[in-house]
Order: sequence, then C-alpha cells, then structure tokens
Amino acid sequence: MATIPSEQQNQRERRQSSDHESFLSHRNMRWLKVALVLCLVTIVSYFWIDVTPRHNGGSWYGYTLGTIGALLIVWLSLLGIRKRNISAGRWSLKAWTSAHVYLGLALIVIGTLHTGFQLGWNVHTLAYSLMMVVILSGLYGVAVYATLPASLSNNAKEMTRSQMVEALAAIDRQLQSAAQPLGREESDLVIAALEQGTFDWGIGARLSGHYRKCATTRALAYFADDWSRPVGSDEPKDKVRALLGRRKSQLDQIRRHLRIRALLEVWLYIHIPVTIALLAALTAHVVSVFYYW
Amino acid sequence: MPSENGQARYRIAIIGSGPAGLSAAAHAAALGMSHVLIEKTDHLSDTIFKYQKGKHVMATPSNLVLRSDLDFDAGKREFILETWDEQIASGKVNVRLNSEVTAITGETGNFTIEIKGGDTIRAEAVVMAIGTQGNPNKLRCPGADLPLIQYQLDDPGEYFDEHITVVGSGDAGIENALGLAADPKQNNIVSILNRGSDFARAKSANVKLLEEAEAAGRIFVRRETAPAEVRPGELVLETRDGQETIPCDRIIARTGSQPPRGFVEACGIDFTSEDRGAFPKLSPSFETTQQGVHVIGALAGYPLIKHCMNQGFDVVEFLNGNLDLKPADEPILAEKFSALPGVRSVDQWLETFRNNVVILQELSPLQMRELMLDSTVAGYDAGEVIFERNDPGSSMFGIAEGSVQVEVNPADPSITVPIEQGSIFGEVGLISGRRRGSTVRAAEPTVVMELSRTAALKLMATAPSAARAVNAISIERQLLQMFGSGLTKTDVAELVAAAELVDVRAGQTVVTEGAEDKDVYVIRRGSMIVEKMIGGAPVFLSYLPAGSYFGEMAVVDGSLRTATVKAAIKSEVVRFPGEAFVALLDRKPALRDKAMAEMASRREVNSFIESRKDSFGSAVDMYSETARFLIDNGIGEATDVLLIDEKLCVGCDNCEKACADSHDGLSRLDREAGRTYAHLHVPTSCRHCEHPHCMADCPPNAIKRGPDGEVFIDDTCIGCGNCQRNCPYGVIRMDAKPPKKPSLLNWLMFGAGPGPGEASYSWRKKTAEKKGIESPKVAIKCDMCSGIDGGPACVRACPTGAAIRVTPEKFLTFTKLAEDAG
Repeated sequence: MATIPSEQQNQRERRQSSDHESFLSHRNMRWLKVALVLCLVTIVSYFWIDVTPRHNGGSWYGYTLGTIGALLIVWLSLLGIRKRNISAGRWSLKAWTSAHVYLGLALIVIGTLHTGFQLGWNVHTLAYSLMMVVILSGLYGVAVYATLPASLSNNAKEMTRSQMVEALAAIDRQLQSAAQPLGREESDLVIAALEQGTFDWGIGARLSGHYRKCATTRALAYFADDWSRPVGSDEPKDKVRALLGRRKSQLDQIRRHLRIRALLEVWLYIHIPVTIALLAALTAHVVSVFYYW
Repeated sequence: MPSENGQARYRIAIIGSGPAGLSAAAHAAALGMSHVLIEKTDHLSDTIFKYQKGKHVMATPSNLVLRSDLDFDAGKREFILETWDEQIASGKVNVRLNSEVTAITGETGNFTIEIKGGDTIRAEAVVMAIGTQGNPNKLRCPGADLPLIQYQLDDPGEYFDEHITVVGSGDAGIENALGLAADPKQNNIVSILNRGSDFARAKSANVKLLEEAEAAGRIFVRRETAPAEVRPGELVLETRDGQETIPCDRIIARTGSQPPRGFVEACGIDFTSEDRGAFPKLSPSFETTQQGVHVIGALAGYPLIKHCMNQGFDVVEFLNGNLDLKPADEPILAEKFSALPGVRSVDQWLETFRNNVVILQELSPLQMRELMLDSTVAGYDAGEVIFERNDPGSSMFGIAEGSVQVEVNPADPSITVPIEQGSIFGEVGLISGRRRGSTVRAAEPTVVMELSRTAALKLMATAPSAARAVNAISIERQLLQMFGSGLTKTDVAELVAAAELVDVRAGQTVVTEGAEDKDVYVIRRGSMIVEKMIGGAPVFLSYLPAGSYFGEMAVVDGSLRTATVKAAIKSEVVRFPGEAFVALLDRKPALRDKAMAEMASRREVNSFIESRKDSFGSAVDMYSETARFLIDNGIGEATDVLLIDEKLCVGCDNCEKACADSHDGLSRLDREAGRTYAHLHVPTSCRHCEHPHCMADCPPNAIKRGPDGEVFIDDTCIGCGNCQRNCPYGVIRMDAKPPKKPSLLNWLMFGAGPGPGEASYSWRKKTAEKKGIESPKVAIKCDMCSGIDGGPACVRACPTGAAIRVTPEKFLTFTKLAEDAG
C-alpha cells in the first residue's frame, strides 16, 4: 500500500544499532564455539601426550594447563570491575558475560585435567574445589537468568517496586480508617497485620515464598466470609474483610517479586565471596608449587 | 500633570510589573517622566513571585548586556524580588497595585485606561508588558461573579469548617482538592466537580490519590457534573440525573486560563497571523498597529528576563525621543556578521538578507533582528559543502547571495540541480524532522543564513507568506526527491498545483480498506501505519515514516483500496488527485516501471503475512498487538528508542547505573517505570522524537538536535521546567548536578563514596553542602551518550542483552517482530 523512500534503506548509520539477542546466543554463540574448541584441544592433547609416570599438575603439560586456568580465573573475576567501570569505548558487557559463561564452563575441563585426577587434602585441592563451587553457583546463575526474568515481568504487571509498596500503603490507610468501628479483639488483628513489616522476614521466607505467622493471613482467616449479608455491604466488618483481601493480594505480589529477585541474586552471595577465597587459595597454590619446586 | 477635567494624565502608563514593565517604569522614573505602573496583583512581578521558594533564576543569554536601571543577575528568586522591590521604592516609581485593566481606549496623547472597579487612568502613551500568563477562565453560569468564587488557592491550610467545591478536573483542581482535604482536623467538606466521567487531563498519580481520597470518604468526587448556578452559600449542580443543590461556602475554580490575546486584540492591536503562536505586529520602537500603544516582553515574543528588561529600557528611551538608540543585541549581531566576506554594517547586512531572501521580505526590522539572533550566517567558496546527505538536521537555509547545487543522485555526484539566490533549501529536514536527503554545495561564492528549527517555525507562524512559500517549495522538492532522478520541476508542476495539505490526528484513518477513492498521499511529517483485515481482525502490515507515499496501488490498478492507512501520531500529509499521478506515470515510463516493481514487492510481503496468518495465526496476532503497543507508546514518532526485553532483563539496573556514571552522576532513564506488552518494555527514557515536544517552548532555545540525531539540552538551560511539562513521556527530570564521587577503585578498596550509579539524594545534598557547591536545578535528559566513544552506555552495560536501542522503521517490521515474538 505504500512506498518507503529508498534513502531510508541505505541510510549511513553512524551509531551502532544493537542486536536483539541474549548473552547466551551472542554473535552466533561465538564464545561457546571458542570454549568448545578449547575443551576439545585440551581433551585430545591430554590423551595424545604421554606424560610419565602419569598426568599430574607438575609436568610441563600440567604447568601449561595450570597457567591457562589461572589466567582464565583472573580474567573471569575481572568481570566485576568491567561491569562497574563505565568507561568509553566499544565494549559490550553482554559480550563479556557471554565469554565469562562459556570460558568459565571450559574451566571445568581445563582445571580437572590440570589436576590429573590427583586430589587430596591439601591447598591444591582446596583451590580446585573452590573453583568448582564458583562454577556450579555460576551454572545456577545462568539457569535462573535464562528462565526467571519473564516471570518477574509477568508478576510486576507494569508496576514498579515502589508503586507496589505505595499501593500497599494506600490500602493500609483505608484499612486503618475502616477498622475504627471494630471491637478490641478484631481491631487488634487488623493492627497486627498493619504493623507487620513487609520486608522484616528472613532469607528462608523470602526464597521459599512461605510466610508463616503472616498477620494478614491470620486476620483474613478470622474475618471469614459471611454470606448472610449482601456482597459489598457497608458493614464495617465487610469493608475490613474486602480491604484485608486486597492487602493480601498486594502483599502476595510484593512477595513474589521479592522471591524472584532473591532467586536471581542469591547465588551471587556464594559466587563472589568464594571467588575471592579462590583467588587467595590459587595464590597459595601457585606460591607453594614454586616454593617446593 | 492636570488635564482639562482635572484628572492627572501621565506621559506613560505601563501595564504589568514583570521584568519588562518594572524596567520600563524604573527608567521612566530615572528620566523624570511622569508615569504610572499598573499591576493586577498585590505585589510586583507576579510570574517570578509565583516561582517556588528558593528557585535559582538564570540570566541568559550571557552574551547580552543588561541595559536597565534595575539590577539583575542569576540568583535566588527571593534575592531578585527583594532587589527589585528596594530599587523600585528608592527610585520613586509610581506603582499602583491591585488594579486590573479591563479596557484601553483613545489615541496617541490621550488614552483612557479602565480599571476593574470603575477607576480610570489617563495617559499619553501606553506600554503593555502583561506577559503571556493570561487570566483564569471564569465559571460560565449565573452568579459567576459572586465573592465566594476564587481562582487561586495559596494556602489550603487556612480554611476551616467549610463546604468547599473545586471546579476543574486538571492537575491544579485535583491538587487543590487534595490539599484542602489533607488534614481532617480542618473539618472541611470538599467536593470536586468533573464535567466528564474520568480525569483524562490529569497526571495518573494525582488521579490515583484522588480516587483513594474518594474511597476513604475524604473528598466527594462528582462526575458528569457541572455548576449550573452559584448562590450565596449554595451551589446548584447540573448532574446526569437533573439539578441538585449543595451547600457551598467557597468555590475554587481551576478551569484553565485565557491567553491574553483576546484582550490585546480588543485594544485595537493586530497580530501577525491567526496562528496560536503569533505575536502582535510591532514597529522597531515596539509600537503596535494601535498608535501610541507599545508591547514589550513575553507578549512581544521575548520570554527571557534580560530581553524583557532591555526592552523596558528601550521603549522608554524611544518614547523620550531617542530614536537613534541601537538595540542591546547590536554587538551580538555585529559579531555574527563579522564572519561574512566584505565589510558591511549590521543594518546593511540585515537589509541584504531581508531584500534578497524571498521568504523574509514581509518581516519588520524588529522581527528581522530577532530572527537573525536565532540564526547563523556563513559564507562559502564555490564547491564547498554546506551539508551532506544523511546528516541529521532540522534547520532551513536561505541564500542571500550566490547559489547552490544539490546532488540529487548519490551514485553520481555530477548530477546536480541548482537553487538560485533568494530561495531556500533544507526545508524537508525542517518539516519531516528526518535526515538530509542530498548533499548541497555552494556553486559560486555564496552567503547563506541557517534558520534554527525554532526560528524557522516561528517565522512560518508569524509570516503567512513565508509559510506558503516554504510549503510550496517543499512539496515540489519532496516529489522530485521521492520519484528520483530524471524528473524536472515542469514534470511535477501539475501535481504540485493540485496538492493539498491535510492535517491528520493521531489514529485518524486516511485510506480505508475497500473504499473506492483514488487519491495518492505523501507523508510530510509524522508517520502512518498500514493495517489489513485478515480473518476478522486488523493485522499490522507496515510502518511508514515521513517521506513515504501511499495510495498509488488503487490508482494504478484501478482497484479498491487494499489496506487501511492511519496516522500513528499527529501527522501532515499531502493529497494529490490520482489522475494527475497516473498522467505523470504515463509520461514517464521509467517511473511507472519503478512504481510497479515496488508494488509487486509489497504485494509479496502482504501475501506472505496473509499466508502466515493461517498457519501461525497467533504469531501474526502477537506481532500486530506488539506493533500497536509500541505505536501507542510513542515509538511512531521516535527516531531512536530504548527497549527492554523482559525475557532477558534480570533487573540489575546496570543500565541506570551506567547512565548515571556516564553523565555527571544522574541517571536519565528509569528502567522499571513504563509500559510493557508481551515482555517488551518501554522504559521511561527519551525517544528522540522527530518533532520533539520538549523543544516547543524553551525560552533560551537550549534544546537542540545533535549530529547523530540525538535531542539534547545544552548548558544555557535556565531550569524553567517547560520541557519537563511538555514531554508526554515524562523522560525529563529537573535536578542539580551532583558533586563528584570518589573513584571506582577507592570505592572497591576502601568503600569510599556511594559506589557505582546515581548517588542517593541525601548523599548528593550532604556532599554538596560540605563542599560548599551550589548548583541550580536544570533539565536533564538522555543525549544518546553523544560524544562518548562506543555509544549509549545503557546498551553497552547490559549484561544479558535485554537493553536494545531501535529505530521504528527497522524494528516495526513483520520479520523482526514475529521472530522476536516467536
């Protein structure tokens, strides 16, 4: 039905237009391919090269793998700096994340073959196991990053976190005035619900989404539906019940939001501190190897 | 100064005590001329008086000298008002407060100014400096002049135990009602009336608060209700179910205000055109078409305080007989013209431009000066490039001396079309807001003026002949550019003569599927969407930016319209009769072949979508819905917009942090806020509109379009907040530049400072206080990270690839959206 001017099609673009693809499929999985080649070369050479008496970290081959692994670990941990240092230049954090994920996974192969499967109760194995903990927690991270964001968006329903909290506060203000005519025992229940902090819950409740001792649930159970009066009547109890119901569903939305955010972030509390421990253990491992050379 | 009937007659009466009026009165007092300064309110300079407390008032343009008996420099509102009050008092200025002028009659030497309440003032000359604020709209019902009605609410805390009714459903009305009902101890019974059933004109946050107050019983919201009669102590309401009377002690009417134009015209003053943006016709000494009445300040089209004060001084000098006075901007113009070849005076250059450039011939010397202040001038040698194809640019050029050549064919720069002295070029960029269509070079030594977008739009609004000339030229050139090389002016003359400009509202249908009409359309500004009914539901076919044409299929085939075309945003199209278009195709077989080829490729796309509809119905629906959602959220007028794929966004806010860290520590985007459809989120962030709403009313013209198409605010911003109010997407914030943060390394190692991203308000405030920095609040918005290597930081800093920047014509295509939806 129409014609777009041709000049628009070959417009000289001075700005870089961004590709719409995730960090996992960045540039046709460039970093997955690099990581696979790296693993393949390592595995093939492991069986190709005959080290006597057996493969171990101390052979020339072991040192080579160890150097590659150590350099990789240091480079991978620099992502934390890259992410926060917003300097000029044609870098993309997405490309960094993509490389971080795939090269980090390649470390499983490189690190394990570096050990020559000689594990024991020493600082060397400590470094290896810390590395595996970091990689496994990272694997969890990749899994939640790939699956959870959509549900975060579904739950938000175009509301920001502060809008959710504001909406709850608005319901609370109405609840407060609606509860004025209630008796002592009933208003105590409402007050308990109002006074219970939305964010004062432990990590267990936040991650599981099970909030035992939730005062709003308890109050709602007390004000059970009374069908003897018409729906939407002006009876104070009915108003309070309706408001408590709205409070509960608003609270649920906030809690689901907190839960998904917690699931998306919890692994970082392992990934990062253990990385720091790994860097320390790695230093000890390298120093001790050279000390006892 | 007694006159024949004993009443004093002043030499000058100055109406309005803003910066312009005050400066005029101060100068009249200093010269010892008899004068009176008439002010409507009970204090001087009401517009600045109404600024929020402690507001930092700016003094731009900085290169303009201040010529006034009053002092003025950038500073706090209180200090400025205090200085003026003091200097007005010590200068023995004759001020008359609380006097609203209702009419001005008479002629030079004998004017009678009527004051509300029956008083009259007589004067030989009148200076109107009433600004553009206007008067509040009165209620239109019997009893509208009773004292219980007020049009402003200064302190909602001063009323107790009253029945108060607020009339008006805008933000002002809602905010007043909420303020009156805020404290239950005041015991007011507050009602708000709304003629309609919803509060569409108000901010959604205000509406929410109002609905909440209504649910809590603090405010009575009466919808579909209007005042029918005001009586002492009660108000008769016209409701959907008939009349009703409620007790009422006070009415707050907030139904908008009337621009002062009506009053000014009633005084016998002509405006330059019917356009809403037009100003009164003025002589070089600010005299209007009503001799003896002068207009200065914002009403004359000069919104900046310094301009106003200078004009106040100048107009009194003129009235005192000093007709040789050069305006204060003379040195600025002299500097501008100094770059041009040949030694000529400012007046000579102004005359050269005015006489030679056809569209300027109607301007007065005063308008000419103002236009030149907003324009740049340049001289080019033969062969020098003035602008290149695909450069962004929304300015228009006029050729004062010499001529230029337009390279119409990008493949062969030797094919050129000449544009002669006196004509204009670059107008397509001005009207469509899109990139330059061709490279333009000087053909001989040439002097051109470049009118900024604002200056050019103002010119077209004030000089109707200029608007007509620009429109005719732009239609002709657009046709030539669109149909490509080989066509000449004479080929399209018939089409141009038959062309008709049509304004189209957002959402309005231009072409209806199945209709028999046979017109061809060109989109001049705005954009269109093409839809087709498939299986009972409209399916989005394509997005058409400005510069596209449509409707030719039905003409060439003689068939019915195959799809519906409607405006995505407020647009302007040129309509041509189909026969003229067919005649052109018949004369030019090459053009016919080109049109046929393009139509064939479009049929192919349409049939592809139709076939997909059967097999992948849901993908097509999703694509249609997503396209519509994006159009609804301003993508139709965007040139470059940030989108967030919520299937990938983990909510780390690294985009916001990166934005803040790339720009003085303040983020220009709010990731979480904004609309979402099918996991595609449009955050609160600048869309860099083709015709930016924010540019509409910027007193210092601080908002510009940069070399990469970005709309940015330069450092002449005065912090007035107009752009923030004019932006329909809420992407502009007003904030002070925060102090510098400790470095990232310092934070990582020693925990110094607030860390990456935007520092909290309290940190910014505390640190600024500690360092003794006081920076004014200015408007802040996305500049697409112009000047930063690597481009937009929000996209570069996204770890998962959720943040993308897109242009509508590339993103709103079926393949792109269907692939993303699938």
